[in-house]
Amino acid sequence: MLLEISNVAKTYPKAKQPVFSDISLTLAKGETLALTGESGSGKSTLLHLAGALDQFDSGEITLAGEPYSQLDDKGRAALRRTRVAMVFQQFNLIPSMTVAQNLAFHARLGDRFDAAWLGELTNRLGLEPQVDKFPEHLSGGQQQRVAIGRALASRPDLLLADEPTGNLDEATGDAVLALMLDLVRASGTALFMVTHSPRIAAQMDRQLHLSAGRLQ
Amino acid sequence: MNRTAFLALWSHWRRQPLQLLVLVLGLSLATGLWSAVQAINGQARASYASAAAQLAGNQLDRLTSPSGRIPLETYAELRRAGWQLSPVLTGRLRLGDARLRLIGVDVLSYPVIPSTGGGEIAPDEILTPPGRLLASAETRDDLPEDADLPPLVLAPNLPPGTAFTDIATAARLLNRPSELSYLLILPDQPMGLPSLQEIAPDLTRQPPSNQADAAQLTDSFHLNLTAFGLLSFAVGLFIVNGTVGLAFEQRRPLMRTLRALGLPRRNLTALVMGELLALALVAGTLGLVLGYLIAAALLPDVAATLRGLYGAPVAGGLTLRPLWVASGLGMALLGTAIAGAQGVWRLTHMPLLASAGLVGWADAAQKSARIMALCGVALIVAGVLAAFLLPGLIGGFALLAGLLMGAALTLPILLHTALALLSRTSRAPASVWIWADLRAQLPGLSLALMALLLALATNIGVGTMVSSFRLTFTGWLDQRLMSELYLTARDDAQGAAIAEWLAPRADAVLPIRAAEITLAGQPAQLYGVADHATYRDHWPLVAQTPDLWDRLARGETVIINEQLARSADIWPGDTIDLGNWQIEVGGVYSDYGNPAPEAIAGLAPLLNRYPDIENRRFGIRIAPDKADALAQELRATFDLPDGAITDQAAVKSLSLDIFEKTFVVTAALNVLTLGVASFAILTSLLTLWNKRLPHLAPVWALGMTRARLARLEVLRSVALAGLTALLALPLGLILAWVLLAVINVQAFGWRLPMHLFPLDWLWLFLLALLAGAAAAAIPARRLHRLPPAALLRIFADER
Repeated sequence: MLLEISNVAKTYPKAKQPVFSDISLTLAKGETLALTGESGSGKSTLLHLAGALDQFDSGEITLAGEPYSQLDDKGRAALRRTRVAMVFQQFNLIPSMTVAQNLAFHARLGDRFDAAWLGELTNRLGLEPQVDKFPEHLSGGQQQRVAIGRALASRPDLLLADEPTGNLDEATGDAVLALMLDLVRASGTALFMVTHSPRIAAQMDRQLHLSAGRLQ
Repeated sequence: MNRTAFLALWSHWRRQPLQLLVLVLGLSLATGLWSAVQAINGQARASYASAAAQLAGNQLDRLTSPSGRIPLETYAELRRAGWQLSPVLTGRLRLGDARLRLIGVDVLSYPVIPSTGGGEIAPDEILTPPGRLLASAETRDDLPEDADLPPLVLAPNLPPGTAFTDIATAARLLNRPSELSYLLILPDQPMGLPSLQEIAPDLTRQPPSNQADAAQLTDSFHLNLTAFGLLSFAVGLFIVNGTVGLAFEQRRPLMRTLRALGLPRRNLTALVMGELLALALVAGTLGLVLGYLIAAALLPDVAATLRGLYGAPVAGGLTLRPLWVASGLGMALLGTAIAGAQGVWRLTHMPLLASAGLVGWADAAQKSARIMALCGVALIVAGVLAAFLLPGLIGGFALLAGLLMGAALTLPILLHTALALLSRTSRAPASVWIWADLRAQLPGLSLALMALLLALATNIGVGTMVSSFRLTFTGWLDQRLMSELYLTARDDAQGAAIAEWLAPRADAVLPIRAAEITLAGQPAQLYGVADHATYRDHWPLVAQTPDLWDRLARGETVIINEQLARSADIWPGDTIDLGNWQIEVGGVYSDYGNPAPEAIAGLAPLLNRYPDIENRRFGIRIAPDKADALAQELRATFDLPDGAITDQAAVKSLSLDIFEKTFVVTAALNVLTLGVASFAILTSLLTLWNKRLPHLAPVWALGMTRARLARLEVLRSVALAGLTALLALPLGLILAWVLLAVINVQAFGWRLPMHLFPLDWLWLFLLALLAGAAAAAIPARRLHRLPPAALLRIFADER
């Protein structure tokens, strides 16, 4: 199993109620999983925990057998550099860098840069005419394609996507999602996506619903 | 409505007390430095005015002689012809280490006798032996206790180092019984007087405006200080600008909400302006207190400088003046208005819904950087043109202002270009990101970096000037102070006895004799020097004609000091009027630290013309290892007090001490300006903090630790400070050249060679890096400790 989340609990500081107190799920290599749920149900929190962006209170998360609870800040950062990648709703590109620099950034940071693979990604994402532009000069769809390219350029084991089409209109969102799923399947990367949309969730191998701190 | 809105706006400061502190501190510092300089200038000018008012003769026309001496018979003749005149005899009295300027007047005809502490003094007290000396407490404290002087009466308003007395007492003390220095022409003259040309053709009538007074002499010094004060104020304003900008930026959502809830734009603008006004008044008041304290701390050294450099009287105490308070508060208000103008303008043009993105703003800033660079180049060109077109010191300062402001305006574009070059040569992802990120951050940091550029360039420029001056001055002292011992005898008789006693015991005895004359309309000394290798081989000449010393000894030529040469434009080969003595100038010598014009003739030719001048001072040449023993023997044989003999080292140390005091104010302002500049960077970084998180969070999410991001934040700030310091170096050197070759010549009358001090630059460069690191320390520490949840919020849908 690639990702194993076992009996994980999370409460935010100063919050009276835990976000969830006993969540477990697994994700196999190359599998795609959609997580749906109401606003505030803790979908993004679970995604952040899976991405080693935040720490849980109890339980365990492992990626290819490596337990997160044993990792310090440096270890978690190294994991994010090399094995996990994220695509956000807000794109979160680095505004001061060009498209080409943004695309290569994560792969270079994790020392996993492969020029041929990046070239292929750029080509398939249709970003070649945009490589010298800055993110602010791109449309939302183009920006999200750059974010997907950046995430996949490092050939991660696990891609986490938080409402990747939430900021795009339906047609653009569908096109971006289709491209992402194509690339994910071609590269053998596992995808864990948070979404509000049952229509999008239906395109994944498996769907889970988070409600009142429980997975259904 | 307005009250509720104001409370909402004000709640920002309650939640951000540090920001409020920085704003108030920044404005207080700016106002404080400016007010300190104004207080010093105001105090000095008040001292000059008080001195001028006390010595009422300064308001009247006077009759002077080119020789500096008017025979008593001439005065008697004019009086007999009906002229209403008041005679004055002035001179300098040496009392041990102290020097006293004595003003002797005819008490019955002199317009105003200085007021004394305990009320009016009766004329007969001054007139009847032993007479009285009127002087300030400061003067009294400087005088040796065993000085053989008439009883002293306190006259608090008299300038320091000056004593006022009856003319007969002055003649006795100065040993000049039958001469006068000048004659005051009293206001009420009888009708039908014979013309002055008939009775006294040798005398010149001088209106008060032509008499060089302390205020005129020291104008350049005060202009220097004002320029420094203005620079400090400008640098301080960068802090205020940064903090006010931050406050506007952070409250943008609140302001938008207030507008959405129905608060009219006009009311919101008025409330913000009212808030700025209140802050300016509070910070201005604090700045005045700060300014007063700085001025009080610096004034004694400034007073010593003005006395030492110009002979200008300045009291060491500080008085609070209403005009100073008003101008300080005015500057605080003006500064706040300048710093807040951009924020208020943005507020009045802020759309209700849209919010400006960072990069969009950066793009606009990039365009404005190009316009700024063009303005900068125009300012530099205008400064250079002004140096050619405007007269004297004004032209020099216009050049300085043009260069400094022009260079500051071109800084952003230069840094942008440098960062683009660095970005192109980088391959590692972290460095690619750093340079790209720095460029995006540059617009927000530009003002602070301009402040740093100005502070560093001023440090390099002024530091180079002072160090060049120190090096030249030390060398000059070595040349000028060649005698191993300097001696002052009690009177001429003792002087002659000592000279005779010394003849077989010393290698040479060099009399130091001088006549008081008038040169270029100012009182001056004409020295006579013996024909000796001490002068021939070592005197610090800056220009000379061939066979100078032979011709000087024969009385065919004289040498003059550099300040006289430059101010009167008299150079070797020209003829000078030494008061009934027209003679060719054979050389010009450097004479640092002397406010007055001066000339040197051969000793014998001088004595031919002024046979009665005192013969009490000598330079003694002897092997250095025998100097101490000779000094002790001299003291024992002639019962000389301690201050009568000084050795070369003591004189040099005293001179260097005066030199260091001269620049203590400059050094203090230098350090303060640099401190203020690094504070400006800190406030800018804090201002940018909120905008930084959207840049940092993705990089953190992609696998860079907070610790590394924090280190990179410091590195980024250090890199910018370093680049700015590199650009400040050439600017500082140009500034040094302008100070040495233009400003100094105009202000002090001498030109100094420029020396370079690379170790000082290295030190300053390190200091700049340290300032950059220190400024980034707080934001970096904040970043290092930032909980992941705060960074995750950047990714949240609700943003």
